[in-house]
Amino acid sequence: MKKHDPQPPGWATRFLRWYCRPRLLEDLEGDLYEYFLRNARDKGVRYARLIYCLDVIKFMRPYTIRKIELLHFLTHFMMIGSYFKTSRRNLVRNKLFSFINIVGLAVSMSVGLLVIAIVNDLLSYDDFHKNKDHIYRIITRNQPEGQSPMDFASSSARVAQRLRSDVPGIEDFTIIRNGFSGDAQVGRNIFPLEATWADESFFQILTFPLVAGDPATALKEPYSLVLTEKTALKLFGNTNIVGKTVRFDTLDYQVTGVARDVPHLSHIRFDALISYATADATFGKKGDGFYNWDNMWSNYIYVTIPKSSNIPGVQRALDQISKEENKTLLHRKITLSLQPFKDIALGGKLSNNMGPRTEPSTLWLLGGLAFVIILSACFNYTNLSVARSLRRSREVGVRKIIGARRSHVLGQFMAESVMIAFLALLFSFGLFLFLRREFFALSPEISGIFTLDLSLRSVLCFIALAAFTGLAAGFLPAVFFAKINALSVIKDASGIRIFKHIGLRRVLIVAQYALSLTFIATTLVGYSQYKGFLNFDLGFNTENILNIKLHGADATALKKELAEIPEVKQIAQSSMVTSVGTIYGFDIKYYPTGGALPADSGLVWVNTVDENYLPIHKHKLLAGSNFSLRPEKGNESELIVNQQVLKRFNIGGRDPHKALGHIIEVDGQKLTIVGVLKDFHYGTMENKIESMMFRYSKSEPRGYLNLQIASTNLENTMAKIETAWKRFDHVHPMNARFYDQQIEAAYADFSMMVKTIGFLAFLAICIASLGLFGMVVFTTETKLKEISIRKVLGASEPGLVYLLCRGFITLLAIAALIALPVTYLLFDKVLLTRFAYHQPIGLAELLGGTLVVMLLALVMIGSQTAKAARSNPAKVLKSD
Amino acid sequence: MKGTNLGEFEELVLLTIASLGLEAYSVAICDELERYTGRSSKLGVVHAVLNRLEEKGLAKSHLGDSSATRGGKRKRFYEVSHAGKVALTRAKELREAIWRNIPGFNLEGSI
Repeated sequence: MKKHDPQPPGWATRFLRWYCRPRLLEDLEGDLYEYFLRNARDKGVRYARLIYCLDVIKFMRPYTIRKIELLHFLTHFMMIGSYFKTSRRNLVRNKLFSFINIVGLAVSMSVGLLVIAIVNDLLSYDDFHKNKDHIYRIITRNQPEGQSPMDFASSSARVAQRLRSDVPGIEDFTIIRNGFSGDAQVGRNIFPLEATWADESFFQILTFPLVAGDPATALKEPYSLVLTEKTALKLFGNTNIVGKTVRFDTLDYQVTGVARDVPHLSHIRFDALISYATADATFGKKGDGFYNWDNMWSNYIYVTIPKSSNIPGVQRALDQISKEENKTLLHRKITLSLQPFKDIALGGKLSNNMGPRTEPSTLWLLGGLAFVIILSACFNYTNLSVARSLRRSREVGVRKIIGARRSHVLGQFMAESVMIAFLALLFSFGLFLFLRREFFALSPEISGIFTLDLSLRSVLCFIALAAFTGLAAGFLPAVFFAKINALSVIKDASGIRIFKHIGLRRVLIVAQYALSLTFIATTLVGYSQYKGFLNFDLGFNTENILNIKLHGADATALKKELAEIPEVKQIAQSSMVTSVGTIYGFDIKYYPTGGALPADSGLVWVNTVDENYLPIHKHKLLAGSNFSLRPEKGNESELIVNQQVLKRFNIGGRDPHKALGHIIEVDGQKLTIVGVLKDFHYGTMENKIESMMFRYSKSEPRGYLNLQIASTNLENTMAKIETAWKRFDHVHPMNARFYDQQIEAAYADFSMMVKTIGFLAFLAICIASLGLFGMVVFTTETKLKEISIRKVLGASEPGLVYLLCRGFITLLAIAALIALPVTYLLFDKVLLTRFAYHQPIGLAELLGGTLVVMLLALVMIGSQTAKAARSNPAKVLKSD
Repeated sequence: MKGTNLGEFEELVLLTIASLGLEAYSVAICDELERYTGRSSKLGVVHAVLNRLEEKGLAKSHLGDSSATRGGKRKRFYEVSHAGKVALTRAKELREAIWRNIPGFNLEGSI
């Protein structure tokens, strides 16, 4: 039949199939089709279709319509009690199998519940905003010429200036700015406070209700301050504070409102808001490039677009603005686009992002892992149920002879598995509560992102999961039992060929073990990689260095006090800690010797340090020397660069010695290269080593003190340092961490992944082992007679054990052959591609886990088979 | 419906089945009936009759092989069962017996 042959209307055929008796259906359908073709040929397709439809309807006659199967439904309903009873009896009779099934399902479903709670949280992010479907964030793409573009969640304050007049189609917008940090003075008390600048539309667009103050005007005047209830209680002890003042440095801010605390599931989080007019008054008026088009680092702009049909127009207007403003830029393009509000917390990666964000692929990954674990438990159920079919088949046979139809048997077994799944749900809910606590304990960030509270939606999903799991687990056994031929079962129970489905069960066991082995190998390889990151030779020393964060005060006094502690060997200062993921950069210009014009310019990462920094960290100078001058702020003239800078700008023919004395302009200052460093890791292992420079600064009030410690009693030393700190800064608690700990924290997400996979590996192995154990017990039980006969005929015990084990061992070997290459490829092609530098994937780690799991499986198989082989054949054979 | 009494249309259909031999399936029966009687016979009617004949045990049916021409659907072929043959013969005999008792039946006069 050709494809373009005319076809009768599909709905009519479906309708016919629905009402017609199965016995009459096929030839009737054929007849109608034959007439249809005939009519289509003679009188056109339309007429033929009409006739076809009419015929289908006309054929609805008493003798063609299916018998209404009310009785059939009724039977199902009446039999539920019976199903329940037999299921319960079966659960109790086969304690081992019931235990394996329920524990397996419960354990695996608890992971599913956790994933559901996580997904539910992420989908509920920012849901409390009334306008959420109409709010968009303006995001920025920065495209330097010849480099790959970078997307930023932030945008320039200039955009907000132009939005009002130049963009039709938007209803309103608000701009907020991060990064206010100061010491709030209330009466005699001082509290460190971080705040967000926001303009007066903030409360109109976003739903953050005020408990006091007028939302329309609270953020209008300069030096207005809105506190959250929590902050208000901390600062004042009560929330009835509108009109009071808070002093930051020399400026008084007036409290104009108190906002309810920010809900947990919000990507915008603040303790206090300061009117944007304040930022305008403090930075904007000074110039400083606050309103520059390329100053796009700290502002976030949200617009409301009432109709989605306006979006293309708004985008065009934004493009127009970019086009006009980009004329002021050299070698660089900045473009704007809109991001839907609900995509912020669960969307693509953006630099300078605010608040928690989760990659959607993470969700799929988590869901996939949970699915795989649940599937594994379902395999167990399927495997064991089919294996036990010998016992249940008589029951099915009797039911069928009494009059159960295939659908009844199907229903019974599905109902039974769903029932078991719900039983497992009860246990798994308890496990879920436990898992939730452990999950939060994984990292403090997690409790920052998630609440994992139960909601109606999540509870419904839990129930749906249980029902789905039950159906999935019970489907194959149910189909198997439904197909049983009643007569042959009753006549001779052994006639049912339980080993017919051995192929399926073998596949399931291999799949389970391949999965478990992949998980365990992934855990071990991941762990060794993680250790590798921590112990990586970064090109400088990180041992015994304590970094203390400063909070804006000059640390000369503190340094003096710390220097008196004998365990503190040396003290340096730096603006940042390298190799832990933070990066700062400057656009620099390189002036070749004698040239008045810059030859080249580009972005170079920076750390600003004092003269002690390089010796403490044992950076290797290839040429030149450490900083020799001690200029005050703003008068610096020396610069130390790494080899990559020479390579990037082709300074001195890339020879470190020849590069000394060359001039580089940084931030408007011309600096001379006085030293060239051997390359080291400025970023994490994810970043390639790029050009980087050290600038000099005597004091970094917002940076770090780097202490070299040589102590035998660390606790004592830390106490001394803490005392010194308390004398120096009364407001802020000391934030001091060892460099190695900070590096560890930088790879926290990797270690989290390893922990998670490790946990899943544990579960997968447990489930697979339970399943295998059940199968071994079953197989040896059914083969007991065979074993006895073999024994009587003279088989040796080791021979029998080998005979029984052989099949299982082959399966495990196949599983290992699948799992190991898969793990290797997973790391080689997916997980480690993120990292520019990593250890080779070790064979020992790959094989180690496999060996352990295999050993476990062998012990299980061995013990059971040995038990069977040792049994007294006389007893077994006598009882038959 | 009582016993194995044969209605007039049922008799026609049964005879057509017999005359078609191995090719007797619903559509062919319809066509053949049309050819004999000159009236169009609806599939719906024929189908119902075939079903009734089978119920009465006068016809037997089996599904043939599938063919592409009917969208892959098999045909249901009918054949006259032993009871059907008996019924047809009896009907024929009944008529002949009555005919025999009509003296000097003359066509010319009546039309």
